[in-house]
Amino acid sequence: MRLSREEVEHVALLARLGLTEDEKEMFRDQLSDILENAGVLGELDTAAIPPTAQVLPLRNAMRADAAEPSMSVEDVLANAPRREDDYFRILPVFEEEYDK
Amino acid sequence: MELYKLTVHEAHELLTKKQITSVELTRSVLERIAQVDPTIRAYITVTPDLALEQAQRVDEKLAKGERVSPLAGIPIAVKDNICTKGVRTTCASRILENFVPPYDATVARQLRALDAVIVGKTNLDEFAMGSSTENSAFFPTRNPRDVERVPGGSSGGSAAAVAADIAIAALGSDTGGSVRLPASFCGVVGLKPTYGRVSRYGLVAFASSLDQIGPLTKDIADCALVMNGIAGYDRMDSTSLPEPVPDYTKALVPDVRGLRVGVPREYFVAGIEPGVEKAVRGAIDRLVALGAQVGETSMPHTKYALAAYYIIAPAEASTNLARYDGIKYGFSTRDATDMLDGYFKTRQQGFGPEVKRRIMLGTYALSAGYYDAYYLKAEKVRTLIKHDFDEAFQKFDVLVAPTAPTVAFKIGERMANPMAMYLTDIFTLTANPAGVPALALPCGQVEGLPVGLQIFGKPLGEETLLRVGYALEQAH
Repeated sequence: MRLSREEVEHVALLARLGLTEDEKEMFRDQLSDILENAGVLGELDTAAIPPTAQVLPLRNAMRADAAEPSMSVEDVLANAPRREDDYFRILPVFEEEYDK
Repeated sequence: MELYKLTVHEAHELLTKKQITSVELTRSVLERIAQVDPTIRAYITVTPDLALEQAQRVDEKLAKGERVSPLAGIPIAVKDNICTKGVRTTCASRILENFVPPYDATVARQLRALDAVIVGKTNLDEFAMGSSTENSAFFPTRNPRDVERVPGGSSGGSAAAVAADIAIAALGSDTGGSVRLPASFCGVVGLKPTYGRVSRYGLVAFASSLDQIGPLTKDIADCALVMNGIAGYDRMDSTSLPEPVPDYTKALVPDVRGLRVGVPREYFVAGIEPGVEKAVRGAIDRLVALGAQVGETSMPHTKYALAAYYIIAPAEASTNLARYDGIKYGFSTRDATDMLDGYFKTRQQGFGPEVKRRIMLGTYALSAGYYDAYYLKAEKVRTLIKHDFDEAFQKFDVLVAPTAPTVAFKIGERMANPMAMYLTDIFTLTANPAGVPALALPCGQVEGLPVGLQIFGKPLGEETLLRVGYALEQAH
């Protein structure tokens, strides 16, 4: 089973990951290869086995709902690729310009 | 005296006896870095000024007769996926190439509180995804034992730094063997602690249910000392275990009489290099000679661990790496027209091939229609893998196995084939889904290249691992 080009493009869209044409072809092969290997799991009857997402005995680790000092705005924005005043600046989400 | 060759415990003794100063020790390591790191390339960032300032502060404390911690004044390297406040933390990725964390990881804060001297940030496979450190976006690290070979990965920079005496000790992280494999390939000691034993706060997330920070050191005593410094509950990590931390140096007793040592036969299978098996069997024979009760056992689901791991880890990675959006921090494309285009191009230009592969694989395994068949299936198999360990630990105190099927391989040898690279981790990646601790330590050589013995322990059984490791080290 080799993944189709459409499947690779669909997954890349879900992952918000741009791919070149060469990468799409490469991943068709490589992902198929890895997923084929994962097929070995089908040998095991796991109908009665519960899944394990994490191994700790802890459940619902909550802290008290108390206010504590947080990072300064300058620290939070220090690595921002684009900023305006005390905000992260982002690219337009919609094509149309609204408030002009 | 070549101070850079010292262990942590040796250096601590000389510092407290005032036979050396931390500035002398730190200079020695920095000069050694300048001399050999252009070849080894273990470091992405070296911080000589910060290191010497810190060393100076420790020397002032020592001069005043103050008591200092066993890590005080000791030059330590930190893997570059562990956040260090004010010092660039790249994860060996273009997407974080210029990221300067506004806070310290808990382990970095602990090291600073103990007056350790952080000398720099070490190279890794991008986002810790890899087994050779060749997936670094910047450059591969070379194995100090043979510079034509890989140091293992993903903590290859930390292992190479310790092996090349350009750090006295180092921190790495282990998601499927990333501390133990490079320790094995470079001939040093590496420990993956029990999941939750060491805080992950500030460790850049790869696969959150598997990631764990651990020490890479020149010997077992140093491993105990670094663990004393970094283990413990942290309220900033909700997966951190609220359990008391023992003094790990108390485990440094060369006595394994009566200890029940299991040898799981599934770790001695076709594909293992004969010289590796011979060295590991030799270590097992030494344990018998030291009075351990050694018996064979079976962990029947071992052969499914690789497939389960390469669903679970990429699934968690694809989720964790969704945060790199070019908005809050990190690389951001300059040629996008709108938000969606910005995501696509930022991530296309910022991530390397292995990271893209795992994001794709993980996203596929979590996507509608495939979730049950891949992700849920892998999580059920994870239950069976953990059960294998639980069962084996009913009969045995520790389990021993090779760390890897081969010794360090040549640079470039496995880069073209992802599955061949993934198979490098086949003996290490079982510990992470099960959450158990595992220690890698040198147990011999094949044609001059180190072989690593791996010892698995019960959850929070690090002391037993250190005791076995210490007994073997002392008997060698």
